[in-house]
Amino acid sequence: MTHPHNPATPLDTAVFHGVNRPAAARRATSLTARRSIKGAHQAAWLLNAIACMDLTTLAGDDTPDRVRRLCGKARRPLADPVVAGLGLADMPTTGAVCVYPTMVAAAVAALEGSDIPVASVATGFPAGLMPLDLRLAEIRYAVDQGAREIDIVITRAHVLGGDWAALYDEIVAMKDACGTAHMKAILATGDLVTLSNVYAASMVAMQAGADFIKTSTGKEGVNATLPVGLTMCRAIRDHRAATGHVVGFKPAGGMKSAKDALNWQILMAEELGRDWLRPGLFRLGASSMLGDIERQLEHHVTGRYAASHRHALA
Amino acid sequence: MTTIPEILDTMAYGPAPESTAAARDWLARGPFGLFIGGSFTAPDDLFDVRDPARDTVLAQVTHATEADVDAAVQAARAAQPAWEADPALRARVLYALARQVQKRERLFAVLESLDNGKPIRETRDIDIPLVARHFYHHAGWATLLADEFPNARAHGVCGQIIPWNFPLLMLAWKVAPALAAGNTVVLKPAEDTPLTALLFAKICQEAGVPPGVVNIVTGDGATGAAIVAHDGVDKIAFTGSTEVGQSIRRATAGSGKALTLELGGKSPFIVMPDADLDAAVEGVVDAVWFNQGEVCCAGTRILVAESVAETFRNRLIARMKTLRVGDPLDKSTDIGAIVSPAQLARIRDLVAKGVAAGAVVHEGTAPDGCFCPPILLDKVSPANPCVSEEIFGPVVTLQSFRTPPEAIELANATRYGLAASIWSENLTVAMDLAAQVKAGVVWINATNMFDANAPFGGMRASGFGREGAREGMTAYLRKGQPAQGAAPGVIDASPATGTPDGLDRTHKLYIGGAQKRADGGASWSVMSGDTRLGHAPLGNRKDIRNAVDAAHKAGGWTKMSGHQRAQVLYFLAETLDHHRDGLDTLVPMEEIDAGIACTMYYAAWADKLSGAVHNTQSAHVTLAMREAFGVVGLICPEETPLLGALSLILPAMAMGNRVVVVPSQANPLAALELGPMLGASDVPGGVVNIVSGPVADLAKTLAGHDDVAALACAQPSVAQMVEHESAGNLKPVWNAPEGQGRDWLDAMVQVKTIWVPYGA
Repeated sequence: MTHPHNPATPLDTAVFHGVNRPAAARRATSLTARRSIKGAHQAAWLLNAIACMDLTTLAGDDTPDRVRRLCGKARRPLADPVVAGLGLADMPTTGAVCVYPTMVAAAVAALEGSDIPVASVATGFPAGLMPLDLRLAEIRYAVDQGAREIDIVITRAHVLGGDWAALYDEIVAMKDACGTAHMKAILATGDLVTLSNVYAASMVAMQAGADFIKTSTGKEGVNATLPVGLTMCRAIRDHRAATGHVVGFKPAGGMKSAKDALNWQILMAEELGRDWLRPGLFRLGASSMLGDIERQLEHHVTGRYAASHRHALA
Repeated sequence: MTTIPEILDTMAYGPAPESTAAARDWLARGPFGLFIGGSFTAPDDLFDVRDPARDTVLAQVTHATEADVDAAVQAARAAQPAWEADPALRARVLYALARQVQKRERLFAVLESLDNGKPIRETRDIDIPLVARHFYHHAGWATLLADEFPNARAHGVCGQIIPWNFPLLMLAWKVAPALAAGNTVVLKPAEDTPLTALLFAKICQEAGVPPGVVNIVTGDGATGAAIVAHDGVDKIAFTGSTEVGQSIRRATAGSGKALTLELGGKSPFIVMPDADLDAAVEGVVDAVWFNQGEVCCAGTRILVAESVAETFRNRLIARMKTLRVGDPLDKSTDIGAIVSPAQLARIRDLVAKGVAAGAVVHEGTAPDGCFCPPILLDKVSPANPCVSEEIFGPVVTLQSFRTPPEAIELANATRYGLAASIWSENLTVAMDLAAQVKAGVVWINATNMFDANAPFGGMRASGFGREGAREGMTAYLRKGQPAQGAAPGVIDASPATGTPDGLDRTHKLYIGGAQKRADGGASWSVMSGDTRLGHAPLGNRKDIRNAVDAAHKAGGWTKMSGHQRAQVLYFLAETLDHHRDGLDTLVPMEEIDAGIACTMYYAAWADKLSGAVHNTQSAHVTLAMREAFGVVGLICPEETPLLGALSLILPAMAMGNRVVVVPSQANPLAALELGPMLGASDVPGGVVNIVSGPVADLAKTLAGHDDVAALACAQPSVAQMVEHESAGNLKPVWNAPEGQGRDWLDAMVQVKTIWVPYGA
């Protein structure tokens, strides 16, 4: 991740405002209906999605071997004939690999020699309901294991209870524990429920120095949705307008199809612009999405519909 | 050929063209004739239909003559009785039309985009689904008509004239309710955009529409005028410009043709300081950068609170830059082509005038050709022509306001009253504004929402009548026969013979809660045979003017609750009862008693006529409020001078209107006697104003008064004149029958549809 860190700014709750849910839903619906990407352009946008993808495994049955297999896919997400057919000089890679802290070492080893960073969740992922010192220690552990990006979870109770100072202070402490690693703040928007909460939590996270704001752990009942993404993108725009600082965005969870990859990129292009289509400011937290992208890209090259069992497993 | 690595650098969207092959195959069957009596006539007297985006000829269609219109009306007339007699057939046919539209949705969408220039996204996602929705909804009304509108009859043959901005959708809005009610139709699509109507004609054959039930005649304004003028047409429904609407109002005056008009607008778009500004910015996109701004209800006047004006303006200007203007058939196009070069020239001309008048202009970008970029005219004064004139293009003005009352003042400073959009996260504030804005449709935190089960239509010069829902069905059903009373005689204001019976009695006009001498300082003798009943003050146009002014000052009546008004009306019944023995020198006792009963009847109704909550989309409350017009003119019948007057005054009052009454010319004294009784019954001054005199003169002044919102006329001798004069501000004129009932209440209110989307 080449973008400079987002420095903390003072807590400012005066910037909060109500977000109208039906209006956000209408915009999210029409936004993706307003843009259609076909042919070579679609192939390019799907390749871009791979470059922005945090290829993720966050399961209770993760093992070092499973993580190594995922890293293999991150290094070679497409088959050679497809890469050639698309006219690419080099094999593309994913934006990062995202794992639990105890899997970081395995991932770092498997990705050695590539530029692919390892991202680790931390801070008592996914619920975050652990003592703060243990959560901070977990961040330091993951960084020590070689993680270059840390995906922290916030304490939802601080949002639901309106304790913005507590939220701000905890995120500031987490950012400090990250050191040189970039920090993505997972808001767990499915737990926050209202878009007004999402907006407020986004602003506090950015004020506290989050380099990215991220929608979900993938474990909440509702994961990344476009209205939530829209609200967070507008928060990023507003934070930039207020402070001049640039923050990235990562939707995560529930995104499975190539169509999802296009829709989220359209959201970024329309609401934040070209810069947010680069991995420095945009990541897609996904695992099964890559398989569908691979099938679509093979279809683009061959004209035949593809079968997953003919592709390398992640 | 752009390579994938190149695209990865730019992340451009690239082209996403919709195929026109099927539409062009269909167009190749042209040139097209007229659809009359279930089949197409031989093409004749052809004119070109152009694709505005590519400046090419799409097809040639027939210019219908007067004889063609006559043939269409004859076919419609012949088909009508059997059609009205078979509601089950009507339901089946309307259902089949809904299905046929869905089965041909892409062909319709592409053809509409080619013909009109609107983006394929909109025809595909908005126009055509709404068309199908409209036919489904009205298939249901055909089934339910007998249950829900017992004893109602169709008008007969409906002449329907529609505009070019939503060609097929406006056809559906006109044809579906007309057919459901048992009418047959002669429809003229706009000269610029007749193609989807012709495709619809073909679909009618496939759907089993009986010959003559739907007739489609293409042509220009002359064809439309021939429909309006045709004696065999029972109802005219028109959507289009206010100017043409006015000429249709004049042309149909006194003809007995029913009339509904859906005309222009200059709708306010009010952004309160607590609005979700991003939602409101996107609202502007949906309001005026939808359909190239060629939308009658487009929110073209942004009124934004001063405290958030700068932020809002900056975000709006930023948003304009991401709108894509260009090929309507590209799926990534937001704004397509303007319908014609003439319309583009009109838009550009008006914008130039607006800039000359001081507007600061912000423009997006658009390709060469018949395209117009999104335009924001900032820092406009209310006197700027772009604030008052309907532009019908992607042009929006921006003004700021300081307080909610000022927002309403600016919002209502227009001759139109079609729609309004209100943005506030505070529902208390939003509903207050919605209640006060003069508009037939109000969207709260939304804009341009439509549904077959939501009434749509305007107030003021935006026309009258509603389309959609139960309210829209009533526009295609006949009401009672207008009163057929005697014409007024001659007023002789010179002193006459006859001696007073006892002490001389003086009757004065009743204006603003006080008895007033007539401005002209004259009276005339009111005779009953050789007996002089008394002298009546001879009112003139200035008395009418004063009465209207007094009525405007009595706005408190309109704000009162129905219960409060009921108490006053019950009290009035009591007062009438108390005075029945004095009144019987002027009218028979039976009439007085009927008048008292009538007062009790409308007192009963005053707190009971309720609006509706319509079932439209999920997570939306769609209210159809009943609102008083405000100031209403009432032209009373000659006969039953007391009961006739009360039959108009009471329903108007019960619904919260203030009235200016022109009583019977033969015997105005009974109505004039009401004046002091109203005062004694706690009716506030100005709510009822009574001006006696020459009915034709007084009615003409009332009908022509731009600050009178509606008229009820139970004097057939002046009906034609009144309808003609009403065209000035397009006040609805109701030719009132004798009697009492719900129809009288419905005639005294206008529907305001309020959309409230919700979601936490």
